[in-house]
Amino acid sequence: MTGGVNSFQVSGYGPERTGWTRLLARDSVARRLDWPILLSATALSLLGTLLVYSATRNRTELNQGDPYYFLVRHLLNTGIGLALMAGTIWLGHRALRTAVPVLYGFSVLLILLVLTPLGSTINGAHSWIKLPGGFSLQPSEFVKVTIILGMAMLLAARVDAGDKQYPDHRTVVQALGLAAVPMLIVMLMPDLGSVMVMVIIVLGVLLASGASNRWVFGLLGAGTLGAVSVWQLGILDDYQIARFAAFANPELDPAGVGYNTNQARIAIGSGGLTGSGLFHGSQTTGQFVPEQQTDFVFTVAGEELGFLGGGLIILLLGIVLWRACRIARETTDLYGTIVAAGIVAWFAFQTFENVGMTLGIMPVTGLPLPFVSYGGSSMFAVWIAVGLLQSIRVQRPMSA
Amino acid sequence: MTNIPETGRSSRVQIRLVVIQVLVLSLLLTLGGRLWYLQIREGAAYAKEASGNHVQQVVQPAVRGSILDARGVALADNETRLVVSASRTDLLKMKDDGKEVLVKLAKVLGMTPKEVQEKVRLCDAETPQPCWNGSPYQPIPITDEATAKQALQIRERAEDFPGITAEPEAVRRYPSPGKANTAQVLGYLSPVTDDEIKKAQNTNSPYLRSDQVGRSGLERQYDKALRGKAGVTRYEVDNLGRVIGQAEADPAHPGDNLVTSIDSRVQRIAEYQLNEAMKEARKQHDRNTGTNYKADSGAVVVMEAKTGRVVAMASNPTYDPNAWVGGISAKDYARLTGKSSNYPLLNRAIQGQSAPGSIFKVIPTAAAVNAGYSFNGPYECSSSYSIGGQVFKNFESKGYGPISLGRALEVSCDTVFYRLSHEEWKRDGGTKPKKNANDWFYKTAHQFGLGKETGIDLPNEVTGRVPDRQWKLNYWKANKDAWCRTGKRDGSYAEKIAYENCLEGNRMRAGDSVNYSIGQGDTLVTPIQMATIYSAISNGGTLYNPSVGKAVISADGKTVTPIKPEAHGKLPMSQKTRSEISDALAGVATRGTAAWRFGGWPQDKIPMHAKTGTAEVYGKQTTSWFATYTKDYSIVMTISQGGTGSGASGPAVRNIYNALYGVSEDGAIDAKKALLPTPQKALPKVKTDGTISSPKVSKDPAKDQRAGKKDPNAPDPLQPATAAPPTPENRDTRRRRRRGSRRWPA
Repeated sequence: MTGGVNSFQVSGYGPERTGWTRLLARDSVARRLDWPILLSATALSLLGTLLVYSATRNRTELNQGDPYYFLVRHLLNTGIGLALMAGTIWLGHRALRTAVPVLYGFSVLLILLVLTPLGSTINGAHSWIKLPGGFSLQPSEFVKVTIILGMAMLLAARVDAGDKQYPDHRTVVQALGLAAVPMLIVMLMPDLGSVMVMVIIVLGVLLASGASNRWVFGLLGAGTLGAVSVWQLGILDDYQIARFAAFANPELDPAGVGYNTNQARIAIGSGGLTGSGLFHGSQTTGQFVPEQQTDFVFTVAGEELGFLGGGLIILLLGIVLWRACRIARETTDLYGTIVAAGIVAWFAFQTFENVGMTLGIMPVTGLPLPFVSYGGSSMFAVWIAVGLLQSIRVQRPMSA
Repeated sequence: MTNIPETGRSSRVQIRLVVIQVLVLSLLLTLGGRLWYLQIREGAAYAKEASGNHVQQVVQPAVRGSILDARGVALADNETRLVVSASRTDLLKMKDDGKEVLVKLAKVLGMTPKEVQEKVRLCDAETPQPCWNGSPYQPIPITDEATAKQALQIRERAEDFPGITAEPEAVRRYPSPGKANTAQVLGYLSPVTDDEIKKAQNTNSPYLRSDQVGRSGLERQYDKALRGKAGVTRYEVDNLGRVIGQAEADPAHPGDNLVTSIDSRVQRIAEYQLNEAMKEARKQHDRNTGTNYKADSGAVVVMEAKTGRVVAMASNPTYDPNAWVGGISAKDYARLTGKSSNYPLLNRAIQGQSAPGSIFKVIPTAAAVNAGYSFNGPYECSSSYSIGGQVFKNFESKGYGPISLGRALEVSCDTVFYRLSHEEWKRDGGTKPKKNANDWFYKTAHQFGLGKETGIDLPNEVTGRVPDRQWKLNYWKANKDAWCRTGKRDGSYAEKIAYENCLEGNRMRAGDSVNYSIGQGDTLVTPIQMATIYSAISNGGTLYNPSVGKAVISADGKTVTPIKPEAHGKLPMSQKTRSEISDALAGVATRGTAAWRFGGWPQDKIPMHAKTGTAEVYGKQTTSWFATYTKDYSIVMTISQGGTGSGASGPAVRNIYNALYGVSEDGAIDAKKALLPTPQKALPKVKTDGTISSPKVSKDPAKDQRAGKKDPNAPDPLQPATAAPPTPENRDTRRRRRRGSRRWPA
């Protein structure tokens, strides 16, 4: 990717109209791509590769004796992710609009499959489908994308056609219904973390669609009420309640449910300004932090790269989010705006929740850190999202 | 946010998008701030916690050094026991947490699986004993009494017993060579307490949880040297306790050996003779109380006169120090410390104090000479001495006419000392003392080292007491409230005394000074103090700090640190006075109060000096004191409620001398039978491999001595029947205080 940047800078001033210059012409796709997002996301993925490697090179029970097992796979996932992004740009978000019902239906079917014997349970959440060859799929990651696309399609249809200024109530109800179906299924898994992300996505989408304030605040109220009743009715599993209790008071049971948070905080806190050096973290080498290559990958950065490394990750994610917000604002069609805003809500909440739980300011839930955490489904989904953002930017009117 | 493009869209959406952007920004800033707080502000604390997380210590305990007698015979050493231990970290790696292995192990050891399980569980607030309260990374001992067969079974089938080890380990042992028990001198060990661990945590010799610490005697005094230094290996471990690297290792340094001046054979004889003397005393009838003597406790000290080194030190009642090994049982503990036990843990040679009676008289003798009185006198030895209406009688109310101070010592004439002390008391101003009173009799006692510790290398020595004016005042201040509350002018004897004390207990009365002059009244001394004083008279006047430790030798024998005798003062008398007193004390042994106990003693070859004492104790039978010395040794014995000095203690002390010098009852000296005719000088050799060369000790030197004639290697026996019967002239001195003498203020 860096090679691309250099050639762009160097040959941009060349006089001859070769294939390169055509590619770099003012109206070319390459010129119109959002490079800060692309570079930041790539940097995050590569940084994630190192961190995942550091966390797993000694975990023989996980890496099947091959210290590079996770490194290679994370790189492979990144490569597939980049390809998925390129494919998404090539198809274009507008063209995809027509395929949204199919995609949505397919993703809902996949999460239904999870509930059948094909599904498997990892860490108390029944959210995976085992595929042959040791691969597994987490369909709820893709549902996040299709919910955004589906709701955007419904909410923007009449506005973009010029019929209305804002989505009417019927459209909003339809959009909410569209989101509610997969959310209910995911809640049955139960994958509480993903449901929380989806609720935030729905809020973001509704906000960006210009739907009436009543809907926005009504949904916020319903969400709060729902959370309270879920708590009161005991729908949550014991382990989920325990996680919340441990969040409220990590010293409660340092060997039990509070263990994760405690060890994560020790790992990050001991990093100091510059960290103990890559591969030299005692907490990481000693495997004191569980799920360190996936949900708790940020602790590796905190311990081994210190405040500078941890800050860099937050900064890079910040660049992605900032640029995504700009894309949402600058595009002319409501469909693009809603999709971009949905992605912002998704990435922002998932980042805040994931990093926040390792820092002890959010309860522990099983959510990956975008681009950095190990996990194919998550990696593919976020790169598809980057592809959507790029497509929205590429296809915006030239006048902008 | 500045360049909002013309999208033709409603401002509502644009505003909401800005809101989203601000929200996102604030979330990220929150993360950054929290990250700064954890890593920069609190970073140091977390770094410390992380290092505690991943470093674990494994400790190899150091072997405790031996305590040896002067010739290298072990008084305290270690025996090897087969200890079977389980490693928790290994057990937890197994699928069933090692349950199957422990059940198998229980079968081999003949224990129930439950017992074994309980031994390896960790102690916490909810787990009752038995449980393991040490480090979970330390192998947990399951038994220290495994047989060789059990250990072999475990070691040969190591694959069946993963995580189980059967290793020989050193355990403290008190072998009592030749039945010399030496209990109170050696002391004992008990497990370290949490407080001690905490206190020693950051010193250069921290305790381990499994450590045993010396609690009394030499074990306590020389604990640091004996303990050595445990080896510590620090491992980096992962979250399951699996070792992922070795951080650093300090090898274990075995403890040093302590060579003492004790001779185990002399020690045995001293213990035996003390016990026999007490048994004999219990057969004697006490005319004053109308019952037999109780002889409830006693002590004897055998000291090298020229160095202050202790050759033997016995205290009775005694106990078996092995009771403490491997943790004392509640029953044994109650037996050793309960009210009915008569406190066998006390070392009465340094912790027992009582009025010295007439063996004190060397001090007023020196005091009188220092005050300007002539040694030769003559001084009237009347049968009694009166002050006001109060009559102080001489022992057995017998008078000797005008005699010298030396003769007064020989016959233990009380009235000579009454008179001198009373005169000095009057000269100092009586009950209204002069500003710079001489207080010769009290000052001299302090100069002899009384009223303070001798400085022996044993813990918790008591000071005794010199009842001078200052002490009387302090004592009165502390007690007057109680005295004034209980005292009655016309009450019982105790009430009258209290009444009297309440009124004027702060003053030194004539009767006090008279009582004091013969070692009575409130005077208290310990046997070790008297041994130090009589040694000093023997050696020319140097008051040595008594010592038991003679040298500290490293486990490999390469480093020898001698413990040199140290002096804490000189006797306050001229060489002339000292030799005059010495002559008088030789007279005590040849024609005075102790002569009947030294019949046939080869006085020309081994000059013997002695002083007897019989002290009265209010409400109890008399205390027997016997202080003696030759040019090499000083022996002091005391028996509480034991009768007279020479009567109760005489034969025992004579027997100890007989054994030391190889003297038979008829006075013949057989050098071959002498156990220790001159003090042991050379230190025993410790070889580089840690073994110690020591002579063989017979099963019971005391028995050898009794059966001496049959055993040519043993000293001559002493036939108690041949001892001369007491005559009125050379019976013990003994003071009769008129009951209630304190009622009359002088």
